[in-house]
Amino acid sequence: MGSSLLFTGAEWSYDALARAYETIEPIALGELGLEIYPNQIEIITAEQMLDAYASIGLPLMYNHWSFGKQFAYNELLYRKGARGLAYEIVINAVPCVSYIMEDNSMAMQTLVMAHAAFGHNHFFRNNHLFRQWTDAEAILDYLEFAKSYIARCEERYGSRAVERLLDAAHALMDQGVNRYHRKRRGGIRWVEERERARLRYEEESYNDLWQRTVPQGAPHSQAERGGVRQERAALDLPEENILYFLEKNAPKLESWQREILRIVRQLAQYFYPQKQTKVMNEGCATYVHYRIMNRLHETGRLSDGGFMEFLHSHTAVIFQPDFDDPRYSGINPYTLGFEMMRDIQRICEEPTEEDREWFPDIAGSGATMEVLRDAWAQYRDESFVLQFLSPALIRKLKLFALSTEEDDTHYLVNAIHNERGYQKIRKNLARSYDIALQEPDIQVVEANLSGDRTLVLHHQVYEGRRLEDEDAAMVLRHVARLWGYPVTLVEIDAVSGATWRRHHSSYPDD
Amino acid sequence: MRVIDRRQNPQGKSLANRQRFVRRVKRQVAEAVRQASAERSIRDLADGEQIAIPSDSLREPRFRHDGKTGRQQGVLPGNKEYKEGDRIPRPSGGNGSAGREGSPDGEGEDSFGFVLSREEFLDIFLEDLELPDLMKKSVTRSEQMSFQRAGYATSGTPSNVNLLRTMRNSLSRRIALHRPRTQEMRALEERIQLLEAEQPEDPELEELRAKLHQLRRRQKEIPFLDPIDVRFNRFEAVPRPITQAVMFCLMDVSGSMSEEMKDLAKRFFMLLYLFIQRRYRHVEIVFIRHTHHAEEVDEETFFYSRETGGTIVSTALEEMRRIIRERFPPADWNIYGAQASDGDNMTPDGPQVASILEQDLLPISQYFAYIEVSGGVGELLRTQSNLWQTYAPFAAAHRNFAARRVAKRGDIYPVFRELFTPEPQGS
Repeated sequence: MGSSLLFTGAEWSYDALARAYETIEPIALGELGLEIYPNQIEIITAEQMLDAYASIGLPLMYNHWSFGKQFAYNELLYRKGARGLAYEIVINAVPCVSYIMEDNSMAMQTLVMAHAAFGHNHFFRNNHLFRQWTDAEAILDYLEFAKSYIARCEERYGSRAVERLLDAAHALMDQGVNRYHRKRRGGIRWVEERERARLRYEEESYNDLWQRTVPQGAPHSQAERGGVRQERAALDLPEENILYFLEKNAPKLESWQREILRIVRQLAQYFYPQKQTKVMNEGCATYVHYRIMNRLHETGRLSDGGFMEFLHSHTAVIFQPDFDDPRYSGINPYTLGFEMMRDIQRICEEPTEEDREWFPDIAGSGATMEVLRDAWAQYRDESFVLQFLSPALIRKLKLFALSTEEDDTHYLVNAIHNERGYQKIRKNLARSYDIALQEPDIQVVEANLSGDRTLVLHHQVYEGRRLEDEDAAMVLRHVARLWGYPVTLVEIDAVSGATWRRHHSSYPDD
Repeated sequence: MRVIDRRQNPQGKSLANRQRFVRRVKRQVAEAVRQASAERSIRDLADGEQIAIPSDSLREPRFRHDGKTGRQQGVLPGNKEYKEGDRIPRPSGGNGSAGREGSPDGEGEDSFGFVLSREEFLDIFLEDLELPDLMKKSVTRSEQMSFQRAGYATSGTPSNVNLLRTMRNSLSRRIALHRPRTQEMRALEERIQLLEAEQPEDPELEELRAKLHQLRRRQKEIPFLDPIDVRFNRFEAVPRPITQAVMFCLMDVSGSMSEEMKDLAKRFFMLLYLFIQRRYRHVEIVFIRHTHHAEEVDEETFFYSRETGGTIVSTALEEMRRIIRERFPPADWNIYGAQASDGDNMTPDGPQVASILEQDLLPISQYFAYIEVSGGVGELLRTQSNLWQTYAPFAAAHRNFAARRVAKRGDIYPVFRELFTPEPQGS
């Protein structure tokens, strides 16, 4: 038996990595039926891992102080020993890049490959959100372009100016995504060429005489242009993507500034699917590595010692502290995702009466992998929970739902893990993964271009949840800085239409 | 699958981000550093320091819901005893467990802590301080020379031949002059051998032989390496700046100096040491303590042992002069003096102190600082001390001499800054 082991001892080697990969591959592609991008595995040091953390996990990133802050923060925690580093980081690109750390043992490297190079990779390639919203083929090229473009801007316009612009753009990142439609799947590659062409054209066609002597044309009065309604139509208002709106319409921005806004917006869009699929993505990777590692152990390719090591880190990853535990910091997406997927397997293979009632389509079908692959491709966290969270799992995790009103001094327990509570808990949990509900709904509604150019934003207030004042004021200053004219934000109740509150910033005057 | 080893990639990819970060918080960091310097021992300060700065300036605002407003709801794991309809008191202070919002990176605290490297720390700590503009003098006076690379020359010693340049010249000359290549000739020779063996009568043979002969001649005429190809590394002698400094710490240890006063003095010495150390590659420190006689001691003795006796300051200056003569020729060393005392001196010693300082020490020293430490209450009422009266005229007459009074810890850093802040031009 010993000779069939993939490796012995803790040290990893390139040979062992290749052997492990070749053994995992048929399990993942055959038994689990995964479909993946080509893999690229990169070995890095702890310090490089910290670097990668700092730049939101991307291999290359433009420079900004906030990444330095992240680095300082993580470094401090790491040096103190308060926090270990992730074993891997994986990038949604073609080829799919997985970073693994040099200090991992060989058992860990095997786990990491199963987790990242197959689990995450399959998810990136198949989930509809990633397919629809991100361009895995081009992301690395685009980052390269973004980094060098911003570096050139720093040289040309000064790092202060670029920093201020990036500060403002970062503040609006959450409002920089298209949520419901994608105008054009234009691919990202041509952006660079377009920008070059734009600059070249400006430089070639610049004519001082023309600029100074030809009258600019009398401004049209509002009446002439048909009033607010027409203006709103022209600007395509209301617009929820504030960064996009500013990039296209802010009167005072120069073209390099617009391009930088665009870069930040593209990044926000790139990360948007990840925000919506944290539970599923991690669940998928964890489920896949669990199946693969078990199979390796069963077939005698992984020693008992290696398997124990795997179980040790696996249980650490899916550990879910109770709500009253000091370590509690929300529901662990690894736990929820993994448990739900295991639960689906149970329902497909050994269903109870209850399961048959709740999941008539899949209970007892035996087609675990078909169901899972379909879920991984078609769902996001919110819909996944809504569809697949079973009473059995609610009981296992002892989930309960709370709510409270603004002026209430108590929480009310709405539902617990019993017959009457299942549906409610399921619905509430799903809700908490719905980004559209969790993030403030803010839109540009009016620009008043022919008047004083005050930009008006509306925040739709649901259930009385208003914006945090201080942050709102700061972000608003950033908006005003980009827009170049005063900005007003009105918080309007989504149901009654009443105004809760107004924020105003007339930067740079205030 | 491809495996790529990235470990050899350039490290410190986020250095540029770190610099931007430190630059952004510079003002707050400088404030924190200043506070730290008043509270902690200087030696600890010098090794990278963990500091905490208010997180306001680092805030990355986003539009987000205020967790205190509106209806909050959530689902939590691990229910133990609650039943539907139970009411759980909400912790005061707003953010309860349900609907917890917090800031995304989990640092909603008031301050943000991180570690400054030693370099960064000293950069900020000693920012825009300058040593008095005296280094240049000693540089020009320096007699030591060092050699620096300075391009290429057509003559030189064989050990300085620059192979790369030489071979490049040789290659281009050979190409330009069509020097026959060895391969070409070898091919020709082989052809001739072949013909000789198989068809000795072939007329082509003669032709080939003639060609070979010509090529051989040509190869001889155009040498592989010609003297005109050869290039040498050229070196230039430049005066070597003096990169070593010696710092003399002089202190009165007679009974009138309290521990507290010594502590003040120590802080000043340490600051000066740090500062000088950043400007010179090699710094020596000499500790001289004195009562009515002076001696050179080690650091421990200098700061912590007590002596009894009167106070004669000139003995310390004499000791310093002696040590300079013996061990630190002014031509090779930048000399700094720092003296701390409570100001007591035997009255008849004044002229002696003045004369040693003026004639022997100041002309060869880069800088000489005198710190008068005084302890606590009633010191404001004190009249000018003996030593202060002696030194006062020097401060006006010599730019490399300064005297300051220090009464409490907090004074040290400001006084230090004051001493080393470059004067505006023309003053």
